Amino acid sequence: MPPVMPGPDAVAAEGDPDALPVPTYRSLAAPVRRPVDKFELLPAFLKVRGLVKEHIDSFNYFITKGIKNIVQANNRIEARSDPSIYLRYKDIRVGEPSVQVDFRVETITPHFCRLTDRTYSAPVIVDIEYTVGKTHVVHRKPNFIIGYMPIMLRSYACVLNGKDEAELARYGECPLDPGGYFVVKGNEKVILIQEQLSKNRIIIDTDNKKRVIASVTSSTHEVKSKTVIVMDKEKIYLQLNQFTKPIPIIVVMKAMGIQSDQEIVQMVGRDPRYGDLLYLSIQECASERIYTQQQALQYMDDKVMFPGPGNVKEGRSKTLLRDVFVAHVPVENGNFREKCIYTAVMLRRMLDAILNSDTFDDKDYVGNKRLELSGQLVSLLFEDLFKTMNSFAVDRMNKNSDMARSSPLDFSQLIMQQDLITTGLERAISTGNWDIKRFKMHRKGVSQVLSRLSYMASLGYMTRITPQFEKTRKTSGPRALQPSQWGMLCPCDTPEGEACGLTKNLALLTHVTTDQEEGPLMNLCYSLGVEKLSLLSGEEIHAPGSFLVMFNGLILGKHRQPQRFAKSMRTFRQSGKIGEFVSIFVNEKQHCIHIASDGGRVCRPLIIADKGRSRVKEHHMKELRDGVRSFDDFLRDGLIEYLDVNEENNALIALYEHLDQDDVQRSSITHIEIEPMTILGVVAGLIPYPHHNQSPRNTYQCAMGKQAMGNIAYNQLFRADSLLYLLVYAQRPLLTTKTIELVGYDKLGAGQNATVAVMSYSGYDIEDAIVMNKSSLDRGFGRCIAMKKYTVTTEKYANGTISDRIAKPQRDKDGALIKQNMRALDEDGFVAPGQIIRNHDIYVNKQTPKAIPKTPGTTLTDRDYKDSPAVYKGVDGETTVVDRVMLCSDTNDKLTIKCIIRHTRRPEVGDKFSSRHGQKGVCGTIVQQEDFPFSERGICPDLIMNPHGFPSRMTIGKMIELLGGKAGVSCGRFHYGSAFGESSGNADHVDDISHTLVKHGFSYNGKDFLYSGILGHPLEAYIFMGPIYYQKLKHMVLDKMHARASGPRVLLTRQPTEGRSRDGGLRLGEMERDCLIAYGASMLIFERLLLSSDPYQVQVCRKCGLLGYYNYKLKTSFCSMCKNGENMAKMRMPYACKLLFQELQSMNVVPRLKLTEG
Amino acid sequence: MDMDDVPTQQRNKLPDHLERQRTRVTCKADAPTHTQGFQYSGAFAAMGVDNSVSVEKFCNSFKIKINRLTEDDMEFDMIGVDASIANAFRRILIAEVPTMAIEKVFMVDNTSVIADEVLSHRLGLIPLDADPRLFDHISDDVPNERNTIVYKLHVSCEKGSQRLTVKSGQLEWLPEGSQLLMASAAQGEKQKTYTSFGQSQKNISGRSIGVKYKDITIARLGPGQAIELEAHAVKGVGKVHAKWSPVATAWYRMLPEVVLLKEIKDGEAEELVKKCPVNVFDIEDLGNGAKRAVVARPRACTLCRECVMGPTGEQVELRRVRDHFIFTIESTGALPPEVLFTEAVKILEEKCERVISELS
Repeated sequence: MPPVMPGPDAVAAEGDPDALPVPTYRSLAAPVRRPVDKFELLPAFLKVRGLVKEHIDSFNYFITKGIKNIVQANNRIEARSDPSIYLRYKDIRVGEPSVQVDFRVETITPHFCRLTDRTYSAPVIVDIEYTVGKTHVVHRKPNFIIGYMPIMLRSYACVLNGKDEAELARYGECPLDPGGYFVVKGNEKVILIQEQLSKNRIIIDTDNKKRVIASVTSSTHEVKSKTVIVMDKEKIYLQLNQFTKPIPIIVVMKAMGIQSDQEIVQMVGRDPRYGDLLYLSIQECASERIYTQQQALQYMDDKVMFPGPGNVKEGRSKTLLRDVFVAHVPVENGNFREKCIYTAVMLRRMLDAILNSDTFDDKDYVGNKRLELSGQLVSLLFEDLFKTMNSFAVDRMNKNSDMARSSPLDFSQLIMQQDLITTGLERAISTGNWDIKRFKMHRKGVSQVLSRLSYMASLGYMTRITPQFEKTRKTSGPRALQPSQWGMLCPCDTPEGEACGLTKNLALLTHVTTDQEEGPLMNLCYSLGVEKLSLLSGEEIHAPGSFLVMFNGLILGKHRQPQRFAKSMRTFRQSGKIGEFVSIFVNEKQHCIHIASDGGRVCRPLIIADKGRSRVKEHHMKELRDGVRSFDDFLRDGLIEYLDVNEENNALIALYEHLDQDDVQRSSITHIEIEPMTILGVVAGLIPYPHHNQSPRNTYQCAMGKQAMGNIAYNQLFRADSLLYLLVYAQRPLLTTKTIELVGYDKLGAGQNATVAVMSYSGYDIEDAIVMNKSSLDRGFGRCIAMKKYTVTTEKYANGTISDRIAKPQRDKDGALIKQNMRALDEDGFVAPGQIIRNHDIYVNKQTPKAIPKTPGTTLTDRDYKDSPAVYKGVDGETTVVDRVMLCSDTNDKLTIKCIIRHTRRPEVGDKFSSRHGQKGVCGTIVQQEDFPFSERGICPDLIMNPHGFPSRMTIGKMIELLGGKAGVSCGRFHYGSAFGESSGNADHVDDISHTLVKHGFSYNGKDFLYSGILGHPLEAYIFMGPIYYQKLKHMVLDKMHARASGPRVLLTRQPTEGRSRDGGLRLGEMERDCLIAYGASMLIFERLLLSSDPYQVQVCRKCGLLGYYNYKLKTSFCSMCKNGENMAKMRMPYACKLLFQELQSMNVVPRLKLTEG
Repeated sequence: MDMDDVPTQQRNKLPDHLERQRTRVTCKADAPTHTQGFQYSGAFAAMGVDNSVSVEKFCNSFKIKINRLTEDDMEFDMIGVDASIANAFRRILIAEVPTMAIEKVFMVDNTSVIADEVLSHRLGLIPLDADPRLFDHISDDVPNERNTIVYKLHVSCEKGSQRLTVKSGQLEWLPEGSQLLMASAAQGEKQKTYTSFGQSQKNISGRSIGVKYKDITIARLGPGQAIELEAHAVKGVGKVHAKWSPVATAWYRMLPEVVLLKEIKDGEAEELVKKCPVNVFDIEDLGNGAKRAVVARPRACTLCRECVMGPTGEQVELRRVRDHFIFTIESTGALPPEVLFTEAVKILEEKCERVISELS
């Protein structure tokens, strides 16, 4: 539907309000009238930022700025004995990804690393200055490598950065691959986005005893601490881990140097209600007879938990107050005033909450959350490793300086001694364990293997946010959908089950901020009229009409004209004078202006509107379409700005520019959404018409879209994934969405457009099963390729002098193979690509030395090797083919052989399929085409779906998809079904679709007149039939089916093995046993539990009741306890029972069997 | 009881509504009715109407009228048979008329991106221009000139050249049989190939046996890639695999019949004409400005049911004639459609004979 343009020129319309269309009832009801087609902004945004911009941005920030800050802060190390022996880091940078092979530097590409199991890492290079020798001559050494750091793909340090499609292809990389992950030891690892409560912010909440608490988690580069102020029995206390008991807050204030109680009350606020609430606390302080700072400190000193060494002169509690208590508030020159005011503000907020319960903070509110990205996490790790490396060096130096040495060590020799940084980073990213003692951080599963099951799965991984809470918590609060998630986090994409609602995904346009420099911003605030705290008396702080200005959680001062201040700050931001991600949030309730420039806030771009009129005009969009304007220009020209969750509260955001409403109605609108469908994430974006579906269905589809087979990447056939599922003829969905086009799902689809008839057929379609057309399958519907990687490594022995070898297939004199299972082998001993390989065939004819010779240097002959071939275990009767054989040497110089074995499968009964609406089903039966119904035009459906799938699922979107798809094939145009897109022209109206259908001779409702394929007469109903995009899911019968009669047993218990992979038995479990008991089928249960499992014959001594043995020489049984064989009896019992008796005996418990004649 | 209300019943003729039910399927706006028809011979015996099937009746009423016949598709009317007979032909056409299709592929070299299995599958689906009547089904016997057609495909893309698309036309017919030598040949003996042709296939088929369409994409080759293979086509039926189906599809529809129950005039008539996307209706000028809707092209009706919906829906009735089938055959090219139909008739005849011989 073309957007409706009011008048010829939108600019003219702005000047002339009469040019607006006359409002009619219809136009009032429809928010459609769009003067400007803003949609183009979306591709422009994604072109600039990419799909995983937040990961790459944060890593870029780390390697360009963060790493420098870390080194800057710890740039000098010196020997304890002699401070003039030192090393100074002058600069640090990250080089080009490379490896050192035999002292030669070779640049590497990510794909090379994936194939050869290497880490894609770049050297961390420092310029150092250090003293050498006894005379302390200062040496300078530029380009000194202190370690290798894994590099995020497509970051600044990556070779792929800024490359176009052709260059990427040359690197063996898929141009649609978003990057943002690491390649560690050949595995692709994503560092998941971690969700946390914001640092350095006051949170008012109740604890589990329903007490009101104000808590701050302080975090600076040096310390991390948590301060809690709690109201207990109407008295207020400070809780710190370092104190054994809660300290009355007034005592704390006094300890920080406040003289009078009056000043404390003044600082909190003049309102008499505050005084009333503080009264008891003040009284408590007085009753403890604490009046001076000295007394207060004395009181607190007694309550310190571990009276360690500390600063004895200053007093331990004073140190704690300075360094731990709200640690992020600086204490300059022993001046505690800022901390006092901060504490007073905490108290004030707390008392506000008591007086008015609306002012409690919501922990689940997205504005109180910070997202920790890979850059920050790697930064923490690097900081720890860097410091550890330095302290190691200092330790070594101290130890060495004690000894007299001819050539004294210098630091440059020490810092490189272990590859601490290299292994530390590599280990953390490859295991996902972030154990950083320095920061009290012990996290598991931070990084995960990037799932390459489908293109959507890997994209979904990149936007995933993992929670900090443990998943077992039953509380519903954090799991519920938060209104503040709007536009930031996808409301659909969350897993089912234990992590439901906790694991979230970013929405399409979300950006996560990185840290920005604070100094210039603070100065700007002061020059815009913020009054410094130090110049204010307690009384003045909360003067009516003036607002406190908080900057990243610090109190900067106050401002008398908050709205004006905020406006000018925002103007600065819109004109690009300060960073675009700085948020200015006026909190009217708390009389505060929050300015934030810290990293980890979620924000999104919005179009700025002046009194409801969009600043983006048609001519801007034209410039964008013509390519003369980019998204950044929109930002720079102040047409679009980023708002974070907090600042959104100061904005009134309209979905569309309501041109047909009068100025009064829309004058309060400050921003306009770029496109409403961007509230959904990448994975939910591929559902057509999601806004017509029942909400959980969209959630199910989000989980299932990741299991769908399709194309994974353009380089999929050159990758070496351990398991890869590909669809042979993947298609682009007939009913697309704008998101699909933006993320490239139309290029790497995961499904096929199937003609679906919604009717019941054959009875094999109950419970969501699907009836499939055999001819469709013959012609390639649902055909898929499963590729599996089998790796063989040749081990090395005796310091690498001897290793395994690959032998030729052994042949007899006539040249025939000795062993038939070597038929797939080539003459080099590896399996030949293109060869059909069957169960039990050898794919690598490896031989290992029988023994390692004692004398080194002896050459081994053929006799000294024994066969240790790699044998293929496959399904009998299936034709699998060797796709590729790849040879490479791993990091330890061992030869690694990777065989990729391919299996092409056609759908069979039991394979799982799903549409894009959370409607999964298995293939119930496969029916000949001639038995299928056919329409008057000769169309025969590909599959039949039971109509009972609809009423309870309420997936109207699927029905519209069918209609839209049908209209699409008849008129030759892809139809759209973007979320909430009808009013903006990004989704086709059902009305229009019906018109198209009628125009092409179909019924408007999509129902066709069908003839029965079996009887030939017309069916007694019109059948809803048309194309629906179907996904084949990875769950296939072939991988799951399992049955066995007798087979392998476990060595220890002699019971059948467990599990399909071990060809295990099927357990007759407790519940099944209960059934048999209830039936009274005693013989059956006896047979199942005793005879078919682990029967065993034992010799039992009737006298002592213990087990004996059978002496085969004397052919008598014997009791080793009674030392004779007189009273022996034979009986049968489960082997596990015999084992239990013996185990009990070994524990000095005597189980005796009492036998009676049966 | 007043007998005037009862319509006068004519002996040996069904009343109109029953006759309509017997011979027509009525397609209402919501659902079709009377789709099954009356199978029982004595269904109307009480009214003196014989509903049985007889050869005589069939011979009198059966008619075939060819509407369109081109090289690879045809449409004809089959009048005077039951749906089950028409359906039998349709089913036989799809599943039981044999054709030749590639069944075995001997891969010598395939360095293209397409997997061997997928390539073979694609080859199998290529329609061949071979008359299946000249060939036998291959059972356990060796492939010979009577049951196997051999094709060769040998294409390569030179290094440094442009990407290459391999088309079905590049399949080369080998009338003398396979050129691939079997691996194990005893000493002195002449090396065997994978087929044992007694004579050239040129003698069997008068013309060369190629593929029907030469522009079907088989694969694409990048520089330095090559495909070399030999493909053996054998005779089979669509029941086993769709590649042997001689038709793209074959289907029928019942003859549409559109009836105006009332006279529709003027504005309503124009509306009705406009409603129909396939122009079933026309306007007849009655003179002095009055207009009337008439059914001009009932065959064009695709059953969109627009005309039976809405306020004027009551005035139109859509029907299908139960014993009149518009049959369409779209051949894949091995045999012309009219030959396919006669083949189908032969197969049905054969089946009938088998039943008769089983019974006697």
